[in-house]
Amino acid sequence: MLTCRELIDFLNEYVDGTLEAARRAEFERHVRLCRDCENYLASYRSTIDLCKEALDAPVPADVPEELVLAILAAREK
Amino acid sequence: MPPDEVADAALLARLRAGDGAAYETLVRAESPKLLRVLRRILGSEDDARDALQEAFVTAFRALKDFDGRSRVSTWLYRVAINAGLMRLRRRRHLRECSVEDVLPAFLEDGHQRDPAAAWRPAPDEEVDRARLREVVRDKIAALPETYREPLLLYDIQGLDTAEVARALGLTVGAVKTRLHRARQALRALLNPAMSEVA
Repeated sequence: MLTCRELIDFLNEYVDGTLEAARRAEFERHVRLCRDCENYLASYRSTIDLCKEALDAPVPADVPEELVLAILAAREK
Repeated sequence: MPPDEVADAALLARLRAGDGAAYETLVRAESPKLLRVLRRILGSEDDARDALQEAFVTAFRALKDFDGRSRVSTWLYRVAINAGLMRLRRRRHLRECSVEDVLPAFLEDGHQRDPAAAWRPAPDEEVDRARLREVVRDKIAALPETYREPLLLYDIQGLDTAEVARALGLTVGAVKTRLHRARQALRALLNPAMSEVA
């Protein structure tokens, strides 16, 4: 059976879906039996979601023309 | 070479030759996406505009050092996001964290030394969600650049590991390691705010 360390060391591959099937099954077996790793996995996934929300949530994308002109003028300096 | 890569190489050549029209095309094409993410990072219109201008000036000056391994837009995105996060770090007097200090530790039998507690769900109220987004941005800004960049390119911009590797001049293995450590470090930095354990 995987140790917690072995699971956490390769957690990114599990979350990103790049583990091969047999290894994936081992991961899932461990998580079912280990509350600490279940918590770690959930918080790892939440971290990724929070990161996306913090940087990628919708805000206005309009760019004022005076800003474009200021950027172009700065190049000339 | 695929058509979009051919177009990108041609754009880069024109930029390096000092083609003003090419520069203007780039500014107009990329500014909406970059300003949107800078507005999100900095939460201040003035700061976001200043950071965007700073990013283009930085990128223009660094053109001769850009090796063209990634798309111009990807490179510009990195420059802009780093400009935004560094501005945030300075404004909020944030210290860079040592990733190695916050990675999980294990006992000899392979168990977690500090067992992970469950996290509370993200808040429903928009004002609390907005505060949490600020906390998350601060923690991202505190990550060292070598770990922050793979995280931003993969988890935010949606590049695959091969594209991130090409953009950063790393092997795919190194990208995966740094990405994983960045996520782990960010998780550790967020844990005090998110953990259900008081």
